[in-house]
Amino acid sequence: MKVKSNFLSGVISGIPVGLGYLSVSFAFGIMAVRSGLTSFQAVIISLTNLTSAGQVGGVDIIAAGGSLLEMAAVQFMINLRYSLMGLSLSQNLDSSFTLPHRLAAAYGITDEIFALCSTHKEPIKPAYMYGTIFIAASGWVGGTLIGAAAGEVLPPSVTASLGIVIYGMFIAIFIPPSVKHKSIFFVVISAALLSIALRIFLPSISVGFSVIICGLISSVAGAVIFPKTEEEES
Amino acid sequence: MSVAVYIAVMAGVTYLIRVIPFAMVRKKIKSEFIKSLLYYMPYAILSAMTFPAIFYSTGNTVTAGVGTVTAIVLAYFDLPLIAVAISAAAAAFGVGFLV
Repeated sequence: MKVKSNFLSGVISGIPVGLGYLSVSFAFGIMAVRSGLTSFQAVIISLTNLTSAGQVGGVDIIAAGGSLLEMAAVQFMINLRYSLMGLSLSQNLDSSFTLPHRLAAAYGITDEIFALCSTHKEPIKPAYMYGTIFIAASGWVGGTLIGAAAGEVLPPSVTASLGIVIYGMFIAIFIPPSVKHKSIFFVVISAALLSIALRIFLPSISVGFSVIICGLISSVAGAVIFPKTEEEES
Repeated sequence: MSVAVYIAVMAGVTYLIRVIPFAMVRKKIKSEFIKSLLYYMPYAILSAMTFPAIFYSTGNTVTAGVGTVTAIVLAYFDLPLIAVAISAAAAAFGVGFLV
C-alpha cells in the first residue's frame, strides 16, 4: 500500500511535467519526421533517450550521416549536465534506494525530474521517482508519436512552418535568463556567433562537432570570466 | 549506417552519463570552475544548436527569419514556452503566403 501511494504521489506531482513534455516532444516528432526518420524510429528515440536537446542533436547527426564517434561525443557533451544532477540527487536518496533501483531510476534523470525530486521534502523513495518518471515519459513518448504522425499527414506548407517550433522552444528557454544575467547573455551570444561563423567560414565541420566546439568554448569563457559563486546559486 | 545503430549509441551514452554518478559516486564536486562550466553549458549548447539551424528550419530563410525574430521578442517578454514556439511557427506560416 505504502509503495503504491508513493508511486501515485510521484505521478501526481509529475503531471505538469508530463503535459509540458507532450508539447515539446510534439515538436521533436515533427522535426524527426522532417529529417527523414519514421514515426516508429522517432518514438523509439524518445523512449530510449528521454531528453530534448540530445535527441535533436542526435537526429541532426543521423540526417547528416555522421559518424558514431560524433554521435557519442555530442550526446556526452549535450547530456553531461545529467551527471551533475544525478550526483546531486544521489545525496538525498532514501535508504530503500538500493543499487538495482538506482540503475533503473537513472533512466529518468531529466532537468524537470531533477527539479521535482531535488525539491522533494523528504529523502527520495524509488516508488516516488518511478511515478514522476512514468508520467513524464508517457507525455514525452505520446507527444512524439502525435507529432510524428502529424508531420506525416499535414500539408508540407504547415510542417515546414512547424520545423521552427523546437528552436522556438530553445529560444524560450535561453532568452529569459539571458535578460536577467549578463553572464548567460554573454555565453548565449558568443555561442550563437561562433556557431554562425563556423557554418560560414568552415562549412566542412559537421553540425554535431560544431555544437561541441561552440558550446565548449563559450561555456569555458563564461566560467573563466563569470565564475559562479555559492551565493549566486541560491 | 543503420538508424538502429545510431539510436543504440545515442541511448547507451545518454544512459551511462545518467547512471554512473547517480549509482556510484558519493563525493561532491568542489571545483568552482567545473560547477560554473556545467552551469553555463546547457545555455551555450542550446544557443549553438539554435543558430544558425533555425534559419534553415522552414526551408525558406525569410519565413524562418521572421519566425526567429518573433520567438526572440516573445521570449524577451517571458511568455510561456509553448506560446513562444507556436507564435514563431504561426509567423513563419503567415509570412509564407507573402514570399
